[in-house]
Parts: sequence; C-alpha cells; structure tokens
Amino acid sequence: MELQKFTYDNKITRLFMNATILWGIVGMLVGLTIALELVFPLMSGGISWLSFGRLRPLHTNAVIFAFVGNGLFTGIYYSAPRLLKTPMFSELLGKIHFWGWQLIIVAAALTLPFGFTVGKEYAELEWPIDIAIALIWVVFGINLIMTTVKRRTKHIYVAIWFYIATFVTVAVLHIVNSINIPVSLLKSYPIYAGVQDALVQWWYGHNAVAFFLTTPYLGMMYYFIPKAANRPVYSYKLSIIHFWALIFLYIWAGPHHLLYTALPDWAQALGVVFSVMLIAPSWGGMINGLLTLRGAWDKVRESPVLKMFVVAVTAYGMSTFEGPLLSLKSVNAISHFTDWTIAHVHIGALGWNGMMTFGMLYWLFPRIYKTQLFSTKLANIHFWLATTGMLFFAIPLYFAGFAQSLMWKEFTADGYLKYPNFIETVTQVIPMYGIRILGGTLYITGVIIMIFNLIKTANAGTFVATEDDEAPALESHASVIDKGHRTLEGKPLLFTLLALAAILIGGIIEFVPMFMVKSNIPTISSVKPYTPLELEGRDIYIREGCYNCHSQMIRPFRSEVERYGDYTKAGETVYDHPFQFGSKRTGPDLAREGVKTGPLYKPNSWHYNHFFSPQKLVAESIMPPFPWLIANELDYSKISKKISVMQTLGVPYPEGYANQAKDELLKQANEIAQGLRNEGIDVTDTKEVIALIAYIQRLGTDIHRTDGSSAFTNK
Amino acid sequence: MKIIANTLENIAGIEWYPIIGLFIFLIFFIVLIIRVMYLGQDEVQELSQLPLDRNDNFVKEPNNQLN
Ligand code: HEC
Repeated sequence: MELQKFTYDNKITRLFMNATILWGIVGMLVGLTIALELVFPLMSGGISWLSFGRLRPLHTNAVIFAFVGNGLFTGIYYSAPRLLKTPMFSELLGKIHFWGWQLIIVAAALTLPFGFTVGKEYAELEWPIDIAIALIWVVFGINLIMTTVKRRTKHIYVAIWFYIATFVTVAVLHIVNSINIPVSLLKSYPIYAGVQDALVQWWYGHNAVAFFLTTPYLGMMYYFIPKAANRPVYSYKLSIIHFWALIFLYIWAGPHHLLYTALPDWAQALGVVFSVMLIAPSWGGMINGLLTLRGAWDKVRESPVLKMFVVAVTAYGMSTFEGPLLSLKSVNAISHFTDWTIAHVHIGALGWNGMMTFGMLYWLFPRIYKTQLFSTKLANIHFWLATTGMLFFAIPLYFAGFAQSLMWKEFTADGYLKYPNFIETVTQVIPMYGIRILGGTLYITGVIIMIFNLIKTANAGTFVATEDDEAPALESHASVIDKGHRTLEGKPLLFTLLALAAILIGGIIEFVPMFMVKSNIPTISSVKPYTPLELEGRDIYIREGCYNCHSQMIRPFRSEVERYGDYTKAGETVYDHPFQFGSKRTGPDLAREGVKTGPLYKPNSWHYNHFFSPQKLVAESIMPPFPWLIANELDYSKISKKISVMQTLGVPYPEGYANQAKDELLKQANEIAQGLRNEGIDVTDTKEVIALIAYIQRLGTDIHRTDGSSAFTNK
Repeated sequence: MKIIANTLENIAGIEWYPIIGLFIFLIFFIVLIIRVMYLGQDEVQELSQLPLDRNDNFVKEPNNQLN
C-alpha cells in the first residue's frame, strides 16, 4: 500500500486559538461590567451604550459566538484533519471563515451597544450581519464536509459527526429564526409575531445551546480527552447512541422555555417530555467522557488539562440534569424569570464550555509551539480559581432565584401579597449579586493568569506552522465490504442529510400545528395594532433592551395575577413583531403596565420622571437612568415605511394608513406632551420618551377596552 | 406567514406528516441500536483508536508519561 504524504496546517488553528482568548476575555469583562451595574445602577453614568440593556446582549453574543465560537473552530480545525488524515479541504476557505467570523464579531460589537438589535435573545444581530453569518457559516460547512469527503481514513470518528451535525443544525436554526423584513439598513421586523415568534425563537435559542455550545464541544470531548489521557474513549458504541439520541431529542425541547405562557398546552407538554428524555443521552455522554479516564485518575491529579476536562464534563452532567429538572412545570413555576436561570447557564458556560476550552488551550499551546507548558503550577492555580469562581458565581444566584421567587409568591394570612412592592424582593437579593461579582472576578483572574502562561509558553517555543503525516489513500479500503452504521458514516453527504432529517422532523412537528391550527391562537377582536407613536415607542423599548430586565408575560398564577393583572392571552400578542415575553424579571412584569385599573398603573408624569431617574421615585431601584430618552428627538422619518412593512407582515392597518401615520403620530405625541406640560414638566412633543410612554401605557390595555373603541384610529 | 400557512393547509393529509416523521425516526433508532449492538469488537477497537494512532505527545507533561 502506497503511503501519501501531506501536512496539517497549524496557522489556522493558531488564529482561531488567539481569537478565542481575545474574545473570551472581552466577553467576560463585559459580563463583569453588567454584573456590577446590577449592584451599582448609576455606574453607566447616563451613557446610553454602557447601560445594562445594551450591554447584556453584547455579553451573551460575545461569550457564545465569539469566545465559544472561536473555541469550537479551534478544536475543529485542529482535530478534523488529524482524524480524517488529510489537510483541511481549502486553506483559502479557512482564511475566509476566520476573518469573516471576526468581522461579524466586530460588527456585533459596533451595533449592539448602539441599540441596533432585533430584540430576540441570542439572535439580536440585525439582518445584514445575519446574512454575513449565514454565508460564513456555509463557507465553514463546505470546508468541513469536503475535508470529510477527501479523507484518507475509512471510518469517520464520532467527533466528526458531532461537528457535521453542528454545521447542519445551526444553519437551519439561524436561517429560520432570522427571517426578517428590513425597514432600513439596520432595522427590521421578524416575520413571526407573538406566540409564534416566541416558539420559533426558543426553538432556536434552545437548540443554539444544543448545537453551538454542546455538540461541537462533545466532539472535542471525544477527541481531546482520549488525546490528553492517551487512551481510547470508554465505549465507542455508547458514543454512537449518544450522538443520535442527542440530536434527535434536543430539537423538540425548545418549548420548555415557554411553560405557563400563552403557548398552547400540547406544545408545552411536548417540550417537557422531550426534555426529561434528554437526560439519558446527556448522561450517557458524560459517563462516557468520565469513564475514559478510568484507571488514569493518578494522571488526572497531576495534569491541569485533565483536571479541567473532568470539571467540564461534570459541569455538563450537572447542567444536563438540571435542565430537565427546570423543564418540569412545578419547578419551572419557581425558577423561571429568576436568577436561577442565570446560575444554570453559567454552570454550562463557565464550567462546560470554559473549562473545555481552557483544557484544550493548555494542551494545544505546547504542541503547536513544540515546547512545554511554561508553568504547570500557574495552570493549577487557574484551575482552582476557575472552579471556585464558578461556584461563587452560581451558588448565590441559585439562592437568589429561589428566595426571590418565593417572595413573589408569598401571601399573608389575609390573602394579600406579602411583598406587594417589587423592589422589596430586589433589595433582598442584591447581596447575592455582590458575591456573584466576586465569583466572576475570580474566574477572570484565572483567565488572565492563563493568558500570561500561554504567552510565556509561546515565547519559549518555536511555532510549528505545519506538521507532516502520511497515510494510504482512501481507495485502498474500497475492497472492504461495509455494512450497517459504518456504511452510513462512510458516506458523509448521506450522513449529513440524515442528520438534517432528524432535526427537521422535530422542528416540523412543532411548527406545523402552531402555524396552521387556528384554535391555537384564539383571536380577540378588541386587540388592535399599535398606533404609529406606540410602534416607535416599542422600537425604543427594543433598542434599549428593556426585555433584558422586564418580562411581558403574566403567567396564570394567583400570585402573578394579583401582582400584575390578568394573565397574558396568546391572542393579545398577534401584532408583536418581535414578541417581547422576556426571560428574566430583574424588574416587574410590564404586560399590563398600561391598564388604568391594574395594580401597577402609573401616570405619564411618573414614567417621565422614572425614566429620567428611577432612583428618584424608587430609591433602591436598580433600573438604570435613561436621560437620553428625555433629551433625544424622536426620529419618526421611517414611520410610513414601518407601517407598510407591518402591513406586509399581515398587521391589519387600513389601506393607505402608511401615509397618514406621521400625522397620527404627531397628534398623539402632542396629547401626551401637553398632558405632561400641564403637570409642569418642560417637554416638547417629539422627544423619544413621549413615544416610549405611549407604548408603556398601551401595554395590556386591549382586552380591558369595553367600548369597542381603540387607541388606534381607523379612519 | 399567511402564504406558508395557506400552502401547508392545502396539502392533503398534512396532519399525518409529523406522525409519519416521528415513526420513521423511531424505526431508524431501533435499527440503529440493534446495529450498534452487533458491531464487531475489532471494528469498535479500530474506530476508537482513530484519535490515538498518531503520536504527537512529544511534549513532556506529567499526563503524557505513559507513552
Ligand atoms: C437593569 C434592569 C432594568 C432595565 C434594563 C430596565 N428596567 Fe425597568 N425596572 C427595573 C427594576 C428593578 C424596576 C423596579 C424598581 C423601579 O420601579 O424602578 C423597574 C421598574 C420599571 C417600571 C415601573 C414598573 C412599575 O409599575 O412598578 C417601568 C415602567 C419600567 N421599569 C420600564 C422600563 C423600560 C421601558 C426600560 C427600557 C427603556 C427599562 N425599564 C429597563 C429594572 C430594569
């Protein structure tokens, strides 16, 4: 058999590696900043792009797509060629992929803090960036699949399947969830509305966790743990079942993010059942990873790399046990909208993704620089800082989430809410937010030590730009007759299609009834489209990221109905492009904020002063001040375009309404501003705050309108 | 969205598609498990050695001293 010689390119691995480290520290520092802002709400100093609602999406996007994104590309560009015994298909595609991805990250950093956002969590980026993501993702996919096609190995190792499933699924998720109609270069509306938008969004959001944060890292687990421990995976058979069960079950579980919401019951039940079943493959994977180290625990004790992998896999096991737990309705009733969720995701992000990444970097650097790690001791210190940092981060937040939720639900003996004032429940958890900052600081300190250690390592060695290898060509295997699953894995394209089919089935079963069966969203005749001014106000709400702290989804619990007003109906959301249910109640729910007879109602002047300085009205508030809303002129130049886009999306504005929208807007703005002026507030008609107040006062009022009239004038 | 919904509604028997889909997958899954159970030990061995057949553990680290 003739051996063919070829080389592996370490340059691309190094690029991704450095990007992982750079964006990792940036994303974590932004996270630390917003954690501080929750304790010191005046910290943003009235600077719009430093405020919590603008920076929180930057943090999540940076950590997910920049840190973990580059991390998974590092792992794939290093391991795939070695597992397939061939260089990556194209160096050029690799470079386009790398630089394209970094440009996307820069574009995100230049838009999100300035309020350019779609307003859907983890899918905030505006449409031109979405298109760029799709294109670059396809470049990555071609490079990966063609490498698999050109391989010299007969079989395809399980890690590669995880990589391919990642590519296929993320492509589908991203495209389906990002179908928006542009209003301008940096403003668009999703084509879905309300409950349907929520379903699509959480199908996306949940599976982004599955296929961006989990499957590629599982592939890396199946490569780097055997590498670092120098022993094969515990059970290869288990890994096959792990793979198929995981990708099939995950795709269904999305609705567990919407329990007790206006989503139909059958969809919620589907989400719960599949979430519980997910424990099996997840734990199968965890056990497979840990048992790979059986008999090697003496090595684990000495090697920071293996120690980090062990904590990573354990954290994976913890979050995949907790996830199904959180999707049980009774647990979810307590955990949802609280800091419990934040704790849960950080076990995943800091533990699973973070530790896997660090372990991989400590393993890769010495190999790519042909030297030894500068200091094992420093790496051990990093390990301890990261582990304790993670615990100091998560444990207080578990406590905060649990405690706050119980306070929200507690009634006095006479049947009144024990803590009717939302802020009382906030001040109780502030100390926990303080400890979380300590945890985050420890974790970041560890990362800084790692950076020092890795730079020292790189300086001590010489970079190995390419590595040689040799293997017989694939044809020489052709005579061997294959059967069963190995036939499948021998045909990467067929395999890709099957994986695609597996994930599409789940998606289709969720969506078809949701979009077709009309009874799923009973129409409510008094629900009317937003007025032009309210629409502008809503866009400001989205721009400021209010949804990062406020939900708009009152669940059908006595405690919530008492506190916020009548629970939210699916039919009330049909004109909400995008939906704004939110996922975290740092502040109170706003779904019925505008209802005059409701428990929360505040007059316009209150809101005006509150936006200017929340602390003036609620001394202990942790809502940041929004002085720029008071100062900025409302830009309503695009209102006709916005109305016509809404019409395209099926919002029933009367024909020709786009042309009169501007007049309507000015008229309503004048009424509100005049009211404020009557109360002695010095304000002109067309300030941004006027539009936001119009929107806030509209919230939840539709079903309370008894005379059949509407704020929306239909001439 | 209307366009999609209308098109979908006009496909005869579409309500069965999801159930058929589920069924296909279940069968696929059962077949997979049986196949995997009967996978030969030598093949499994070969597969799980794929990451390890190349020795790039030239780095002297405590965890690599088994080489
Ligand atoms: C950092 C989280 C945070 C952000 C971001 C935030 N809020 Fe708040 N919000 C709070 C908290 C906490 C309260 C409760 C204390 C208070 O009333 O100030 C609150 C209260 C409110 C209230 C009063 C609710 C009531 O009736 O008691 C309104 C209205 C409100 N926020 C609107 C907004 C809007 C609009 C935005 C975006 C421009 C926004 N908030 C952004 C945290 C936040």
